[in-house]
Amino acid sequence: MSKPLNFDDIVTMQHIYKTFNKGSVNEVVLFTDFNLTIKEHEFVSVVGSNGSGKTTLLNILCGTTAIDSGKIYLRDRDIGDMKEYRRASFIGRVFQDPAKGTCSTLTILENMSLADNKGKIFGLSAGVNKRRIDYYRTQLELLHLGLEDKIDIPVGSLSGGQRQALALLISTMTPIDLLILDEHTAALDPRSSETVMELTDRIVRDKSITTLMVTHNLRFAVNYGDRLIMMDKGQCVIDVCGRQKDQYDISDLLKIFNEISIECGN
Amino acid sequence: MDVFVGLLRNILEEGLIYGIMAMGVYVSYSVLHFPDLSVDGTLPLGMCVTAALILGGVNPVLASIIAFACGALAGSITGFLHVRLNITDLLSGILVMTAMWSVNLAITKGSAVLPYYNEDTIFNSGIAKMLPEGAYAYRVVIIVAAAAIIVKLLLDIYLKTKSGLLLRAVGDNEQFAISISQDPGKMKIIGLAIGNGCAALAGSILSQQSQSANINSGTGMVVMGLASVIIGTSILKKSSFVKPTTMAVCGAIIYKACLAVAMQLGLPTNYLKLLMAVILTLALVSNNYLSKGRRKQNVETPEF
Repeated sequence: MSKPLNFDDIVTMQHIYKTFNKGSVNEVVLFTDFNLTIKEHEFVSVVGSNGSGKTTLLNILCGTTAIDSGKIYLRDRDIGDMKEYRRASFIGRVFQDPAKGTCSTLTILENMSLADNKGKIFGLSAGVNKRRIDYYRTQLELLHLGLEDKIDIPVGSLSGGQRQALALLISTMTPIDLLILDEHTAALDPRSSETVMELTDRIVRDKSITTLMVTHNLRFAVNYGDRLIMMDKGQCVIDVCGRQKDQYDISDLLKIFNEISIECGN
Repeated sequence: MDVFVGLLRNILEEGLIYGIMAMGVYVSYSVLHFPDLSVDGTLPLGMCVTAALILGGVNPVLASIIAFACGALAGSITGFLHVRLNITDLLSGILVMTAMWSVNLAITKGSAVLPYYNEDTIFNSGIAKMLPEGAYAYRVVIIVAAAAIIVKLLLDIYLKTKSGLLLRAVGDNEQFAISISQDPGKMKIIGLAIGNGCAALAGSILSQQSQSANINSGTGMVVMGLASVIIGTSILKKSSFVKPTTMAVCGAIIYKACLAVAMQLGLPTNYLKLLMAVILTLALVSNNYLSKGRRKQNVETPEF
């Protein structure tokens, strides 16, 4: 019945079922027997219309949304029953809202120190390890945003793009198995979103992090990543990688996208 | 002149004692953004515990520390109700506040006022005895100031530790705490324990000053604590070197001064609680007004 687990895969989702508002008039059946595997070092872009299940997919992986039935493995670990904050020690996540990835009243240095201690004990030792400051500076320099000279200012006074870049850096600072990008450029202006996307690509390549990116930007989906998934009504309608993916350009995607949308009536 | 000095001493004494509670309210309200009503129950808890212990012959300093621990336990119950049983923040506080009434009566064995005159307190034993003769009139101010400074320093140090930084992060952005693989609920419980521990410690010192415990003395403590924190932070906001804990204590002293002035001007005691509510209302309104004006000045957003 279920296919044997291959522990070379980072993510294995098997027979996922999810229905919202079960038993009420607003019942929405989203996933019926949904399956997905993601290989190590793969950079997957996911596109799809509103309500296609992209964000629910991410929430299921992170543990924000519980599934009705099915199995979720991260490498060989069964994470299906794990709480969201426990899963976070293997999964990094950058949100659409730049305010969610950092603490606005804490300084850049304090934010980085907290993230640096991810998954460890938060005891009564000094919150900011002064010996690590040089390391944080070199990490910030990689962003080319001049943040290395501003480590003592509160993150709340940075722009959305700067905050998102910092959130990206913070979520990839400690070793993780999977990076989840939840429309992380959608709330930014075109120029900032371009900068953050380039930065994302660089960090993901440099550290060869397995990445799952949901985006509304079809151009990003085509230009970045090595696997492309288009979702509709809880199913993957397109799932291509490598050379097959290169055959798609934006106009093809847009055409399929429109066809799906018309079927849905929106 | 003597009247004036006496009044000033009185304001400082009370302001510093309630300042300890205000620092606790700062932790729960300003750091965690938790409107914690259980303070109304934990301040008299500190009084009653201290009275019972001192009557039982316990060292007053130890009694104060045990009072803090009892307050912390009550605070963690508020946190538990909210975090683990999913009861709203306001209701969790009300539940603990209501329950404390019976707990306090049980501790005082049913009497509303439990006096313990002629017993040792932190003001007439131990270090207090070592003070020079001339400082006798000011012994309460000196000891209360020392207590407030100790609490302030401990809190300041704690907020700089990893745990303290995480506490601030949870109050700011719960999702961030989850992202760094930490349980935000645990930190909320710790924060509320600290907040109510401070309130109970203030109650303990207050009761040793009056050498009695009064289970009715909790009414209006939340209002007073909040007003102190808001007054302190809005007046001292511009001076960046003043720590928020100091602001809370200063706020409590200013608040007490306002009440004292009103009483001197002939306000009947019955109107005291009304005045407390009015002061908090004014502080809240002016704080909103001030921060609105400030937001308008800062429209320039930094470029990427």
